[in-house]
Amino acid sequence: MPEYLVRLVQVHESFRKAELEALAELAGIEMEFISYSEDSPFCIISLPSSDAAARLITRSILSQGIYELWGHGPTYAALHTSLRGLSPEKWSPHRTSSFRFTLDSFQGSLSPAAQRAIIESFSYLPLDGPIRMKSPTLDLCVFEAYELHAASPRSVYLGALVAGSGRAAKTTFDLKKRHYISTTSMDAELALVTANLALAAPGRLFYDPFMGTGGFPVAAAHFGAVGLGSDIDGRSIRGKGGRDVRGNFRQYGLEGLYLDGFISDLTNSPVRGCMGENGGERERGAWLDGIVCDPPYGVREGLKVLGLKEGRGEGRKDLTPNIREPGYIPPKRPYSFTALLDDILHFASLTLVENGRLAMWMPTANDEDIELAIPTHPCLKVVSVCVQPFNKWSRRLLTYRRLPDSEVDRSQLIPKREHGAGIHADELNDFRRK
Amino acid sequence: MKILTLNFLTCARKACKATNAAFPLHPRDAELEIVETDLNPLFIRNILPRIEWDALREICVELGLPTLPDAAPEPAALFAEPIVPADTMQDADEGAEKQPTQLLQDLHRLLLETTIATGKLVCGNCGHEYAVKEGIANFLLPSHLV
Repeated sequence: MPEYLVRLVQVHESFRKAELEALAELAGIEMEFISYSEDSPFCIISLPSSDAAARLITRSILSQGIYELWGHGPTYAALHTSLRGLSPEKWSPHRTSSFRFTLDSFQGSLSPAAQRAIIESFSYLPLDGPIRMKSPTLDLCVFEAYELHAASPRSVYLGALVAGSGRAAKTTFDLKKRHYISTTSMDAELALVTANLALAAPGRLFYDPFMGTGGFPVAAAHFGAVGLGSDIDGRSIRGKGGRDVRGNFRQYGLEGLYLDGFISDLTNSPVRGCMGENGGERERGAWLDGIVCDPPYGVREGLKVLGLKEGRGEGRKDLTPNIREPGYIPPKRPYSFTALLDDILHFASLTLVENGRLAMWMPTANDEDIELAIPTHPCLKVVSVCVQPFNKWSRRLLTYRRLPDSEVDRSQLIPKREHGAGIHADELNDFRRK
Repeated sequence: MKILTLNFLTCARKACKATNAAFPLHPRDAELEIVETDLNPLFIRNILPRIEWDALREICVELGLPTLPDAAPEPAALFAEPIVPADTMQDADEGAEKQPTQLLQDLHRLLLETTIATGKLVCGNCGHEYAVKEGIANFLLPSHLV
């Protein structure tokens, strides 16, 4: 299979490979990594065709484009040797087309004169067409990767542009320009990557049980999926002063892809078939293609579910008639984060269709003994774990795939774990103790 | 709240979820509104097999909407050229290019354009009423029902 160079971006390194793999699965393309390193923005993969390469990269957020690999080597001499060995079929269609050369150096830079000398060194290529710096037919790029502070590159590549990526969406969906956000809105770039990892696509239905201002459903809708969301706090869905979740969809021209938002609590969810009454089995058919969420960790956003705090409210039972009043607000109590993660997995196992995906964020401390294990469920297989490090903590994006019922190990289906009883948020949340 | 969403929701009480009477929720004093949106044939085709058809029929009768057929239509009936094979995502792409039938447009109008603007949703088992305001339903339960 021909080889291609993916020009990745050098941010969120651990998400890049997972994104490419998800996009290959989504497009049904056979892809193999030839060389990949977390320290390099140049990744070599093999793909069946240039057409497949263009389909693969069009939605990618963490890359800039994909190039047909014409030659590579540790030095320019080696690059020229490998380029001379290239079959003439590669450039024969381009003999008379317009072209340009550009130079892309990673961790190094060259003076304009040195750049020119490098480009001139390719003059033996049989390209007779005009040079055009704006939208040429053949867009060639020389890639150089340097070690830090090194004088000469450790490897060089020559590639012909096949297609650009979908990274422009990062700017379109930038939170700074979004009309309606909150303190815990997910960064647009990562929300889009999350939607990619969960395989959001036209015709599919995506749900976010902690939607807040709707960042994830909007990101899923960008890729054509229909978004549904809920939140325990109705104020975030309703918004204020004409700014609401629906308005966010409208801002991006995606209003047709917003199904609904409703107010609910995951531990007492009205969603059909999410409780597994019959010992964890699905009773009605599953109906979600994907679940994307960033649950409240109990740090910036308090973690509450419905119910009374233990030891409170005993004397207030006679207030129940108040629930008929329009302004009634049900009481809430703190909840354990690990219990919530288990609840999400249980919910996903019952509502996701076969091979549907759950993409969920969870925090973890970097240094200490309080390592939060990746939660598991017999019906869900971990597809990827991506880490976004911060200073003293980091958060992980966990992606799971709902196994078909035939592949689920029935003996592993155990009743729900009991979680440590505690009354106050600090007792319930290991992570918060940091 | 759209009629499609209603088909995915039951009473939020754990005690009710195990009973058949809790699904579907019954709209009461519902004020309906038509909010026009773009036709999404691929979505309707994929979501059709996941709809509880009997519940949808029941809701249509309760809301005084046109009566639906007894059984859910086949996905093939959504497009003018009925050559869409069984449910795989790849085949669905082809389906999107075919001409939508009147049936598909009717389903679109019912599921995605008919919305409950205000009103109540009542559980058939416990009788608890969930309020719908500005198109947003509130499923939070008071503490004695949790």
